[in-house]
Formats: sequence, C-alpha cells, structure tokens
Amino acid sequence: MQIRQEMGLKRKNRTERIKIKKNKEILGVMWVFTLLFLCMSGYITAYSVTHKQELINNSYNGRQQILIAQNSRGRIFSADGQVLARTGEDEEGKEKREYPYQNLFSHVVGYASNGRMGVEAQANYYLIQSNAPLSQKAALDVRGEKYPGDDVYTTLQVDLQQVASNALGIYQGAVIVTEPSTGRILAMVSKPDFNPEEIADIWEELIEDKESSILLNRATQGLYPPGSTFKIVTALEYMRENPDTWQNYSYNCTGSIQRGEDRIQCYHGSVHGGVGFERSFAKSCNTSFANIGLSLDRKAFADTLDQLLFGRELPVVFPAGISRVEVGEETSDSDMMQISIGQGTTSITPLELNMITCAIANGGVLAEPYLIDSVQSSSGNTIKAFSPENYGKLMEEGEADALKELMRQVVETGTASRLKDLSYTAAGKTGSAEYGTVKGESHAWFTGFAPVEDPEVCVTIIIEGAGAGGDYAVPIAKRIFDAYFGV
Amino acid sequence: MVVYISEFSKYIIAVLMVLYTYESFAVFRYDNESRRNGIYTRQNILMFAFHFICFLVICFETGDITYLLFYAFQQIILYAAVVLCKMLYPKSNRLVMNNMCMLLSVGFVILTRLDMNKAVKQFVIVTGSLVAALIIPFFVHKFKFLKNLKWIYGMVGIGALSVVMILGQTTYGSKLSYSIAGITFQPSEFVKILFVFFVASALYDAAGFFEVFTTAVVAAAHVITLVISKDLGSALIFFIAYVLMVFVATRNYFYLLAGISGGAAAAYIAYQVFAHVQVRVQAWKDPWSVIDSAGYQITQSLFGISSGGWFGLGLCQGTPGSIPFVEADFIFSAIAEELGLLFAICLILVCVSSFMMFMIIAASLQDGFYRLVTFGLGITYIFQVFLTIGGGTKFIPLTGVTLPLISYGGSSVLTTLVMFAIVEGMHIIQEEEKEQLRKSLRKRKKRTAYIQRTIEDQEEAEYRDADPAGDGFEEEE
Repeated sequence: MQIRQEMGLKRKNRTERIKIKKNKEILGVMWVFTLLFLCMSGYITAYSVTHKQELINNSYNGRQQILIAQNSRGRIFSADGQVLARTGEDEEGKEKREYPYQNLFSHVVGYASNGRMGVEAQANYYLIQSNAPLSQKAALDVRGEKYPGDDVYTTLQVDLQQVASNALGIYQGAVIVTEPSTGRILAMVSKPDFNPEEIADIWEELIEDKESSILLNRATQGLYPPGSTFKIVTALEYMRENPDTWQNYSYNCTGSIQRGEDRIQCYHGSVHGGVGFERSFAKSCNTSFANIGLSLDRKAFADTLDQLLFGRELPVVFPAGISRVEVGEETSDSDMMQISIGQGTTSITPLELNMITCAIANGGVLAEPYLIDSVQSSSGNTIKAFSPENYGKLMEEGEADALKELMRQVVETGTASRLKDLSYTAAGKTGSAEYGTVKGESHAWFTGFAPVEDPEVCVTIIIEGAGAGGDYAVPIAKRIFDAYFGV
Repeated sequence: MVVYISEFSKYIIAVLMVLYTYESFAVFRYDNESRRNGIYTRQNILMFAFHFICFLVICFETGDITYLLFYAFQQIILYAAVVLCKMLYPKSNRLVMNNMCMLLSVGFVILTRLDMNKAVKQFVIVTGSLVAALIIPFFVHKFKFLKNLKWIYGMVGIGALSVVMILGQTTYGSKLSYSIAGITFQPSEFVKILFVFFVASALYDAAGFFEVFTTAVVAAAHVITLVISKDLGSALIFFIAYVLMVFVATRNYFYLLAGISGGAAAAYIAYQVFAHVQVRVQAWKDPWSVIDSAGYQITQSLFGISSGGWFGLGLCQGTPGSIPFVEADFIFSAIAEELGLLFAICLILVCVSSFMMFMIIAASLQDGFYRLVTFGLGITYIFQVFLTIGGGTKFIPLTGVTLPLISYGGSSVLTTLVMFAIVEGMHIIQEEEKEQLRKSLRKRKKRTAYIQRTIEDQEEAEYRDADPAGDGFEEEE
C-alpha cells in the first residue's frame, strides 16, 4: 500500500476526515457479485412477468383452484355486447356455465368443463381473476358470495356468425370471416357443431367414438387439400420468377396435360383453349397451371412456401393446424403438376388460407388474427386491451396488387361470377378440391374479400364434399358479404 | 373490512420496503458513520413499521390475536438488539445491524405465516443467538491470538464434517446433520466460519506457492467430504470462498483463473460421475419435463413467484405451502408470492447492501488477517444467498441451501448471526485503525510543516514520490 500525502493542503474545517485507500481486488469482487445479483433480479422479474399466464394455466398449479373457488367465472361477450357465455345457477343453486346461443359459437367460444376449449381456454386466466372494486368485494365478503370474475370481450359479431352458420346449413365445413387490416376475427364457424351446455352429457359418447370429429375446430385445425385456391400461391411464385414477362404467358388448353404416366385434367373435363395468365387463373385452368408448375424453380418455390407459413406454426395464440406442402430439389415433375393445382399431399387449414388472402387484401402485410379484444372487470373497467399486431410482410405490395387484380378477374370473368355486379366489389378464388380415391367428389372452397378498392372484410369458406366452389361456396360468401355491408 | 386491510397493506408493505432499500444504499454516499445517523434512524422506523403492519395483517386474516403477543416479543428482542449494540459498541456499523434485524423480521413474518410452531422455535434460537452475537465483537477485538490457530481451525473443521459424513442422518438424500442430546446440528454451517478463519490465518502473512498449496489440500478435504455427503451447496460455497480468498491474499490473477477452471473441470466430472448431479441439472434445464419428480419443487416455486405479481397476493392469501420445504430452501418463493415481486427484489438488494458493506469494511482494513476474514465471511454469505435464490428461481441449478437469516433452521441462523457479529467486530477494529492513523497523521503534519519551510518545492515533490511512511493511508480534503 502506497501513501500519497497531500502537501500544502488547506483544511477548511478542523474535523479530520480520513479517506482510506481500499483494496482493489476486494472492491472488484464486490462489483462482480453486485452485477451478478442485478442480472438475477432482472431475470426473475422478466421470467415471472412473461410466463405468468402460462404458469397459472398449468394443471400442476394449485393456485388456479383457489381462484376458481374465490371468483365466479367471468362472462364472454361478442363485439356488439351480446353475452356468449356466463355463469348461472342450476335448480340446486350450483354453478353452471350457460351459453345463450347454444350451438352457434360451440367451437370458437368453446366450453369450460371436461377440459377447456376455444375462448374459454384461451382466456381462462382472465376469466378466473377478479378485478371487481374493493367496495363490491367487501360487500360480497359479508354476504359470503364469490367475487365476479373479469369479463372477456371478443371480436366476434353475432349477426355474421349467424349468417355464416345458417348458410353452411347441414353441410360439414368451416367459415372464417376476418378484418384484413387488423386481423380481428369477426366470425368462425365449424360444423358439425355441438351444444357446449351439454358437453358433460355427450362427453363420454364423443370420446368413445374415435371417428367423431365434432370437437375439432375445422376452421383452425382442419387440414384440407387446397385445390384451386392454391393457384394463388403458384401464381405468386410464377410472378416472382418471371417479374417482367409473366403477363405475356400463354398456353393452349386441350383439357389435359400428360407427363409420363401422369395426367392432369381440367375440372369436369372443360377445355379452355388459348389462355393467358389472367384467364388461366380466372377460369382456374388446371392444365395451364400444371404447365406453369413444371416451369417453376423448386428451391425458390420452397422459399416462397416457407414465407407464406406452410409447414410452420401460425402466429396465433389459439391452437391451429400446420399446413404442409412438400416441395424440394428432388420433387418429381408429376408431383409438381399436382402441387401447382393444390392436389396431392398438400394440405391447408382454412385459417391459413384466410391469412394469405388477408395479406393480399392488405398490401402484402399480414395482421395476426385474434379473437380477444379486451378484458374488463365486472364493473366495466378495462383491465387489458389487445390491439392489432402486424406479423410482417408475406409478399411485396406490387405482388399483392397483381394478385388482387387476378382475384378480381375471377369474379368479373371467371368462376366466382355470382359475386359480379353487386353494390360492392368483391375478389377471390374458388377451389374444388378432390379428396379420397373417388373421382369427382370434391370440397368446395372460396376465399376472397370486399370491397376490392379498400378491403374491409375477408371470408374463407370450405364445404366438405359439396362439389364445385363456384356453385356452393361462392353463394355463402355472397350472403356473408351482403350481411356485412347491410345489403 | 378484511379485504380493505389486506389490499391496502400490500402497497404499504411494498412502499416501506422500497424506502428501506433506498436508505440501505443511500448509506454509501457517506464515508463516515457519524454522518449516516439520520439514515439509520429512518431505517429503524421503517423496519419496525413493516414488522408491525405485517403482523397486524396476519392477525386480521387469521382472526387470532395471539399473533400480536408473539409480535411483541419479537419487537422487544429486535429493538433491544439494535439499542444494545449501539450502546455496547459505539464504533459498530449500524447498517450491518439494521439489515440483520430487517432480514430477521422478514423471516419472522413469513415463518409465522407458514408455520407458527417453527416460527416460535426459530424465535427462541434467534434470541439465544443474538445474546451470543452481542459478545462476539468484544472477543474478536480483544483476542489477538485468533490469527495463530490455523491448524486448529482446519482440523476441527474437517473433523466435524467427517463425523457427519460417517454418522450423519440422511435428510432427503443428503447427509447434513447429527443430533446431540436431542438437538440437531448441521455442522457444515458452523464449519464455514472455521474454514474462513483457517484460510485467512494460513495466508495473511505469507501467500507464496507453498502456503497456497498446503491450504488447497485442506480446502479440498473440506470440499470432498461435503461432496461425499451430497451437500453440494455447501461444497460450492467452501470452494468459491477458498478461490476468492486466495485471489485477494495473493493478488494474483493466475490463482483466480486456475481456481475457476479447476472448479469448472470438477463440476463437469461431478456431472458425469454422480447421478444426483445429473438429476439436478436436468431439473434446471427443463423442469417441465420432469414435473412429477425432480422438477416438482422448482416448478411449484415458479408458480408461486409468478402468481404474486408486483405487489403479491397479500399475507395469508397465497398457497406457498404447496412448495415442498418452502420454509427452508424456498422461502424466497413464498415471499415473492405473498409480498410481491417488488418486495422480493428489494429483499435481494438488502442482502447485496449488507454484502457491499462487508466488502467495504474488508477493503478498508489494514490488517491482512482481519481483512481476509471479513472478505471470506462476506463471500460465504452472498454466495449462499445467490445459490438459494438463483436455485429457487431456475436461474441456476438447485442446490438446497437456506436463505441466511430468513429461512427456518437453527444452525443456519446462528451461524449467520455469528458471521454478522464478527463483521461488527471487524468494523470496530477498522475504526480503531483509523484512530491510529489520525494520531500518526497529526504527528506527520507537524513534520511536514517543518519540511515545507525548509525545502524547495521541487524537493517536496520528490518527497511525495518517495513515500517515506508507506502506511497506505491517504488524506482527504
């Protein structure tokens, strides 16, 4: 230890204060540990804040039971303030979950006994908390009653849900209606449906019947062959590979195309004759698209598919299926022909097709689909509000605009002509996806949006085994658009 | 009524704790105890207010007034400790004392809430330990021969640990304790202090390769004995204390590097060889996959911490009882659940504040032995805090050590109180060193004045560089 004695120092006061030269190594160790503890404090805070919901929903967490015992489960509302789920009492005064619309919201709102599903599962954390005012809690304490749980407001609209459900009728299938600029889900129907109030009674039956898919939300988890709706993706890839010349594409459709053993035919044996790119798309010419598919670079195609979220988890907080397309360097010509027209082993969820359509309507930017708008205490104070979030670009704006124009032509001159000449303009793509081994049986698809100039609403429809998309799915889209625009 | 009290008290408790924590760092703005008096008084008010409100809430929540009686006893003991320490040792460090009492009262509150019987037991032990702790600074100060007992420290330490290894009772897979006349001891706690004294007395006057090597052999004996007893947490504490003490004694970065790489290699080998180490690491990496077995404690602990939010669920409102061994190994999680994240983070900071004061006392001490002892005790303390909080929050693998002064456990709380008392003794020694320095400075100033008159400015500068006194002090203006 060295001493530095200050010479000629002037002391202002007489008290002697002494500063001692401190051991540097010890102070170094002190700062290292202090830093370590700051890191640990930061970690603890970050971990418990970001994992709070996940942890409370864990079935090993007994604290959930305490909340359930303390608070009565909150209500679920539609965007227009209708009660979709509430806690009532049965004849014996026991708590009972009520769903005023019975079957209408069966999959999307879900159920809360025998496990949980839908919004009941997704918003469980909020529904079992209570942010009721203290005065109310105190009063309930005196009466020995439970606190009211927080209410969840969804983005769902009862009228659109009703129209979509009625339009689907007795068919099996799914409908999703969303707002492309925000990702708000306005309606989500899956059929066959069930009455969530009766879930406890039908549970055994549903579980025993391995074939039954009633509990499956087809809109988010159903995996279907996309059929001709996939031509949107094929078209996008062709435009990307031929940015300057794709408009000059021409092909002579003779009703079929052959590669080796494999043969692709146009739907119902149509012959389209000489077609350009736009007309191939509008008329949904399989032969021409198989021809386009053969010209595509497999590697680049795989990249585009990845960008469009095929084979990936979708950016949504509720359970959703993973769509898949198998394209790689070694994909055979025959498979490429099948893939280009959305057949073969390709499968897609209605949700993902809806998201791609929304991105096209929204200038290439995908807004993440969401169902929960806000959480409010029983007295109406907003506890948490969810705002739209952009996932990012699925495609460039120019590409989205070109696809928009192609989809407009489908309505103007192609397979969705039932949407032509209405008080609003619509655009979209139909599909008739063959499934199984029986030739001619097909799922009817439509995905599209309106109005074309400034898209406000986007619908995706699948009807299982109905037939041609243009004949079965497009009329449903029209009824939903009509309801939305109040026609 | 109760709902109002439990709701508002949450915020009041958090605010008191935040203010207390602020004061415990504000202390470091001043270099002199006498200027910190205002801060210390405010700290005393805050800690007693905290203690009182917590017990009031417990009374309301449980509807049992007897808790207030228990509170009164605690309050008397803690108040007496603060006052007596100030009276008996005017040169003691009051931050160390205040933080000690604050941590003790947090421990009393949470233990009372978790298990009244254990809280009463703990209270009896704390009372006895405080009496002992009040005498210790005197002995530390007077007994100059403490630095000559290195082989006694070493041998007693290894002996005590070996007895546990051979005869000890197995508690959940680890041999930690043995009983004499119905009282269960956990010797690894007390041996920590002996070990620090051993290393300090062995290295304080000469820290060449030979001394480092011989102490390394003894240190290794301690650590290996603990590893065989499966007391991994204590083994780590001994190891880190040894490596850092050698570093400070030698001021040689080579030993630090060698120690850390040696430790890493040993940890890797232990991981490969011992199944129970692998289980711990697995439960740390992904507790969710082993939630039914090895991951159960840690996941329950995480549930507890996260369910509290910033202000906690309120005392008696959570279910910390779902965490196995909550009152010993996971008390931090119980605190976070009921008193909130903000409180828990402040608690960590109060521990850090105590540690920083230990280190500053150590760094200021001129006597090599005392310096090393204070440093070693500080490291053992803070590293144990790190192991238990880090382990309970999935920051590091779980080792199962107690949170000093807060967790239930007689050996642990007695040892920590003794450690804090020794540091108080060290602070008194340091104050006296300062006193000595003042005297010598006064003498020197007379000399300086003379020299100034007689020597040219140039020569004065040379005088400064030559540093004739060489006693390591510098004067502040």
